[in-house]
Amino acid sequence: MGSYIARRLVQTIGMMFLLSVILFALVNLVPGGPLAGQGQSRHVRPERAEQLKRQFGLDKPLPLQYLIWLVGNDWMRVDNDGDGVLDSYGTRKGILRGDFGYSFWTREPVLKEIAARLPNTIYLMGTTMLVALAIAIPFGVISAIRQYSAFDISVTTFSFAGQAIPEFWLGLLLILVFYVWLKNPFTGEPLFPPGGMYSLDSGFSLGDRLWHLVLPVTAGALGWIAWYSRFLRSSMLDVVHQDYLRTARAKGLSERSVLYRHGLRNALIPLVTMLALDLPYLFAGAVFIEMIFAWPGMGRLYYQAALQRDYPLLMAILVIGAGVIILSNLLADILYAYLDPRIRYT
Amino acid sequence: MSALVWRRFRRHPGAIAGSITFSLIVLAVLLVPLSPYDPNTSQMAERLQPPSWQHPMGTDALGRDLLTRVLYGGRISLSVGLMVVSIALLIGVPIGAVAGYSSGRLDSILMRTTDAFLALPSFLILILLGAILREIDIPMLSRNNVFTIAIVIGLFSWMTFSRLVRAIFLTMREMDYIAASRSLGGSGLWIVLAHILPNSIGPIIVAATLGLGYAIIEESGLSFLGFGIQPPTPSWGNLLSNAQEQFIKYPWLAIFPGLMIFLSIISINYIGDGLRDAVDPYKVLIKVGDV
Repeated sequence: MGSYIARRLVQTIGMMFLLSVILFALVNLVPGGPLAGQGQSRHVRPERAEQLKRQFGLDKPLPLQYLIWLVGNDWMRVDNDGDGVLDSYGTRKGILRGDFGYSFWTREPVLKEIAARLPNTIYLMGTTMLVALAIAIPFGVISAIRQYSAFDISVTTFSFAGQAIPEFWLGLLLILVFYVWLKNPFTGEPLFPPGGMYSLDSGFSLGDRLWHLVLPVTAGALGWIAWYSRFLRSSMLDVVHQDYLRTARAKGLSERSVLYRHGLRNALIPLVTMLALDLPYLFAGAVFIEMIFAWPGMGRLYYQAALQRDYPLLMAILVIGAGVIILSNLLADILYAYLDPRIRYT
Repeated sequence: MSALVWRRFRRHPGAIAGSITFSLIVLAVLLVPLSPYDPNTSQMAERLQPPSWQHPMGTDALGRDLLTRVLYGGRISLSVGLMVVSIALLIGVPIGAVAGYSSGRLDSILMRTTDAFLALPSFLILILLGAILREIDIPMLSRNNVFTIAIVIGLFSWMTFSRLVRAIFLTMREMDYIAASRSLGGSGLWIVLAHILPNSIGPIIVAATLGLGYAIIEESGLSFLGFGIQPPTPSWGNLLSNAQEQFIKYPWLAIFPGLMIFLSIISINYIGDGLRDAVDPYKVLIKVGDV
């Protein structure tokens, strides 16, 4: 197992390197390039553009720019004022040393901006995923055990519908129904708030927090409930016909113990991999949900950064996002090998 | 073979309902030039009317008939979807075929690249590229036209196909009729084109159908955020996006474009599911490609 993990780690590092090259190439080879967002105005005089290019080191060959992006430029002299003469040593430390630069827009360190928003997204999407799994697992399992029953047919139909509803449309519909149309019969106020994390006019209260979570979590979770109940149904169906369940029954175990202790446990194993593979989509969903429900998280930060073409911020979120995805894939592989003894560490 | 597939497909009620719904959508979208209204001319006297017999989906803030605009938007959304799938097939199938047939070093390079693309937060990259390209005028790709958006989405959608085709090739390579063809002197290229590809067409069609639905969702999402197709050209996504400011008072603006996305995706998914069951012998292979 130790050598398996070591080899996967080496592969992961190679993969991260490959990804950093792809991301860097994407941003720098696209027409317009990183300078298109700098200087705010699209109509920069050519000599000013040249000066900016030298200031930001964009006149250097791409491989050198990539190297600087990775390890920084404090080992070489740079042209700070863009007049074509090298001045002092650079100050960038490179992303390998945790320097993702400054936001073009707020001039704050990019990592500081991300740190302020990340917890809100984890809070929202974490809740969404927990709710989704808490509903999808029983749905999928019961659906598989009672295959072709009325319950199964409803779950299957629902899961087709749920996977076809775009979350940005669902979000708008939920606001229409629960904020605009339905009112609290006692106070006449809207049933749920249309956005935000908490009420601004009152202090902290758990009830208020949960009240604000209902609509965004519903909008985000429905698609996942649909997808995971379908996934669990088929994974449970695979397990139900295995020999070891017949063995368990032959031993005289109760049906309950057969299905849950021997069946469900094995049906849940593939879910580990699926969760890791789905992480990018979870994050993409956060962009829509946070935008519609005015949620101050990473998704909305990314959306705003794209509007303002704030390259350092965009690149930082992309690099960190890709890193998290790769690490979670690695973790899923290791967990999978650990959970399923049939998988040899080769 | 195809008669058998059709017979199995017909037995799938969801697939039939899906095919009918989707055909109706395509037909309506094709026939929209017959509409008495122009999608772009504003009629200020008619603005923001609720659904009625004259305007079944109501009118928008400029008094344009929403049904006409939704159907013109459907032309855009569906053609972007079709182009994305074609681009993804053009990239993914050769990569998967080469990887699956060659094995060894080339296989591992191609598959690592596929893995790397799968690990990219692709929708975020689409947002980034959309944000850059919508500001730029270059021939063919100017300002997020249909072609630009299709290429951008297509560049991040081919991975399913390369994995699927590789998995099929790995299995088929070992089969007896391939060995027979080889012993009769069939060259590598001949075996791929004459034997393996025709026999893998079923699962590829299934994956392409499901990919079409996915591409439509991606385009609408991107346009909803404002980084996809740019107004005044309507697409389902940017119609929804425009509705955002006013949908609380004028809900039909948000309901109908989204409903069209929903109906297209659900019918495409049912068709895909029916096809998947119909080409059953390869069900296992599809699983291999998916996971």
